[in-house]
Amino acid sequence: MAASPSISIAIVGSGGAGALTTGDSLLETACDAGWHGLSTRTLGPQIRGGEAAGLLRLSADPVACLPDHFDLLVGIDWLNAHRFGAEIKLAPQTLVISDPRGGELPPMVTQAGARVVEVPMKEMAKAITDGRPNMIALGIAARLLGFTPEQALAPIAMRLSSKGAAAIEASKAGITVGFGAAAGIDFDMQLPAPKPSSARRWLLSGNEATGLGAIRGGVRFAAAYPITPATEILEWLAPALTKVGGALLQAEDELAAINMIIGASFGGTPALTATSGPGLSLMIEALGLATSAEIPIVVVDVMRGGPSTGIPTKSEQADLNIAVYGMHGDAPHLVLAPQSVSDCLFTTQWATYLAETLQAPAIVLSDQFMGQARAAIERPADVSFIGARTVAKDITAAYERYALAANGVSPMAIPGTLGGQYTADGLTHTQRGTPTSGEGDHRAQLDKRRDKLEQFNYGDHWSSIEGDGDLAVVTWGSVTSAVREAIECAAADGIKARLVAPRLLLPARPEQMTKALAGVKRILVVEQTHGAQFHRYLRAHYDLPAPVRAFNRPGPLPITAGEVHRAITEWR
Amino acid sequence: MTAVDTRNVYKQADYKSDVKPIWCPGCGDYHVLMSFTRTFAQLGLPPEQVCVISGIGCSSRIPAYTNCYGFHGVHGRSLALAAGLKVTRPDLTVVVASGDGDGYSIGGNHFLHACRRNVDMTYVVMDNHIYGMTKGQPSPTTEPEFDTALSPGGTRVRPFHPLVVALASGANFIARCFSGHVNETADVLVEAIRHPGFSFVEILSPCVTFRPDEKAWKDLVHPAPVAATNDPAKAARRIMTDDGFNLGILYRGSRTPYQPAAGGTHTDLSQLEKDFEL
Repeated sequence: MAASPSISIAIVGSGGAGALTTGDSLLETACDAGWHGLSTRTLGPQIRGGEAAGLLRLSADPVACLPDHFDLLVGIDWLNAHRFGAEIKLAPQTLVISDPRGGELPPMVTQAGARVVEVPMKEMAKAITDGRPNMIALGIAARLLGFTPEQALAPIAMRLSSKGAAAIEASKAGITVGFGAAAGIDFDMQLPAPKPSSARRWLLSGNEATGLGAIRGGVRFAAAYPITPATEILEWLAPALTKVGGALLQAEDELAAINMIIGASFGGTPALTATSGPGLSLMIEALGLATSAEIPIVVVDVMRGGPSTGIPTKSEQADLNIAVYGMHGDAPHLVLAPQSVSDCLFTTQWATYLAETLQAPAIVLSDQFMGQARAAIERPADVSFIGARTVAKDITAAYERYALAANGVSPMAIPGTLGGQYTADGLTHTQRGTPTSGEGDHRAQLDKRRDKLEQFNYGDHWSSIEGDGDLAVVTWGSVTSAVREAIECAAADGIKARLVAPRLLLPARPEQMTKALAGVKRILVVEQTHGAQFHRYLRAHYDLPAPVRAFNRPGPLPITAGEVHRAITEWR
Repeated sequence: MTAVDTRNVYKQADYKSDVKPIWCPGCGDYHVLMSFTRTFAQLGLPPEQVCVISGIGCSSRIPAYTNCYGFHGVHGRSLALAAGLKVTRPDLTVVVASGDGDGYSIGGNHFLHACRRNVDMTYVVMDNHIYGMTKGQPSPTTEPEFDTALSPGGTRVRPFHPLVVALASGANFIARCFSGHVNETADVLVEAIRHPGFSFVEILSPCVTFRPDEKAWKDLVHPAPVAATNDPAKAARRIMTDDGFNLGILYRGSRTPYQPAAGGTHTDLSQLEKDFEL
């Protein structure tokens, strides 16, 4: 299916069985050996006792999305595997490793007609002191993928280094036994040799990349209220900010979190918070305050299934509407969306830079899929987007915080600056900042806040634009990776399509979009929402110069390249 | 506060802006504004080093009437905004101004956690037992029988006891003042600002428009008969049992103020990247 060959593996077990650890360390083994890969963890909302699976896809080339079906499934047990439903798709040629005492085979295995090989992992583990079935599973998977037991052990040994030699010994024994048990099993898929590369490579999650992007962009303060699936950003930032002279403050709720970052930014410190849909809902009022008072802040929304509590552990793109339209009043602001694990770094850094430069709030729409996926990436280049706010210094004349500057960005006095005293206000205000209900000032400040965003030159980063077919597939966010792969597959069928995926959603860039869509004869819009939010957004902000078809569906299942490929080929 | 005593360098007028206050004639908040400027002058704080942070309501209008840096934010969230400011700018003097609706109702949760967090700032609540700006609805400190259009015949709900809540939640300094006593209030505010950690000063500030009965407060208030205690149990008993008009510093705690740990340099990002390297 993929343009370059890949192997996809699912490790399944009940919560606590170690399926996630097994998947993570297998990815690390592969990446250490020079391959690329991406892994996601899928689990129910409960911490223990539910279902858990580590899903990974390995290739010689960078991997950004999951496959349409898995080539290898290792079931440490099947106790809760039925809950995965359609999430782990198998094909008849899929190899399934099953413990005969691990419970009844789930429908995903029986219905696919996949080849099942039984290995008594639990029994084998029992024969080892402190042995665990997931290490047997790791040994089996390692052999089938062509790794040595030593390669499989290395990441595990690193993880267990604090637990002592005995724990590592037990894992080593487990891997060795599993490796031996896989000796007679046929698995004819093989990874092509890794491509030699001089680039420094990283293995990280989208949420970690988001955190680093924020710090690279200049963020030195974060306020935190935990929420799935955004918490890892905050947990990564907590020690990281301290190392670079910044700080993180845990808030009592999301209302406090966003007001804390407004306070920090008012004091001159670039600031960020991260949340998910329910938290973003609570932050909307204060986002309007930051718009009106012209305080730069960055709010990362790692989207999950909604509305309400929705599906906290699964991805969806359905917060687009609230991000774009959520605020009361006319409240121009920035909305950006990264497109991959790697792009979480760039886009968050860019968002910080834009917020600081334009003195406006920026919402970054990440999602659970790329936020919690781990991928091997080439170290993202250092870019010059480092927040540099226009500040008022050496103030001699009467200071006007909201003076109508030509580019709409008026110098901001930072507390402590002599002569710059002003009151930041959510009330409609004069250029000086004094509250007013006058028509002229209201209009002038609304114009100012709109124009500063509209007039700015965002350059080429506003969108990914690739290829030149007369079919344009327009998409956004993490779905972009699946669309890119689908376009590559369609090219193999002789269908030329171009990819247009805006990274900057607000302010809209109508002129640039018109150029991007010049000459297209058909437009396919792809998104992961039930309500076709992105399609409606496109209709509202852009002229779409050709017939449009929408491919949209909600989560929890990630949109795959295969689905998009079919949507492309079916429209001929 | 500072090693160098710079008192008398600044006059009260240096802290007053030229924006004309929009308060009813006779409103207690005029006096609070005077206490603020007097306090800052007594402390000799450069006006640009002072931040007055507020939410929404009559009392929250106060920042623009000062010549300090100010933030007139959203309803109920001033304490959170101030915490973000103070932990990133510990060099500034941060005073938060609120009212009984803004501070105790919509902002109630932040009040608890600001006391608990104990960031070094001063929280002033101008309590008039009513929502004034929206024209006379009951607040968390309104008496149960007080009749309003929104609560005909009274709320029949027990009022909130902010000083006890503050004590139980960990506030490090607790005082009650009366707005009409400008000089005494300023003296308490000076102490509150100097005291490390979260200082809570409740100022009884009559609403002459919707609570004309509160004009009688000037005759009801009286100085606390005993000096401030540092014993929370003693303070709790006193505050719980006093008549609500007991003025002065009622509690001085000794908790260490909260300030996030800082370290490292602003430029060294390579250490952060190392964890990701394959």
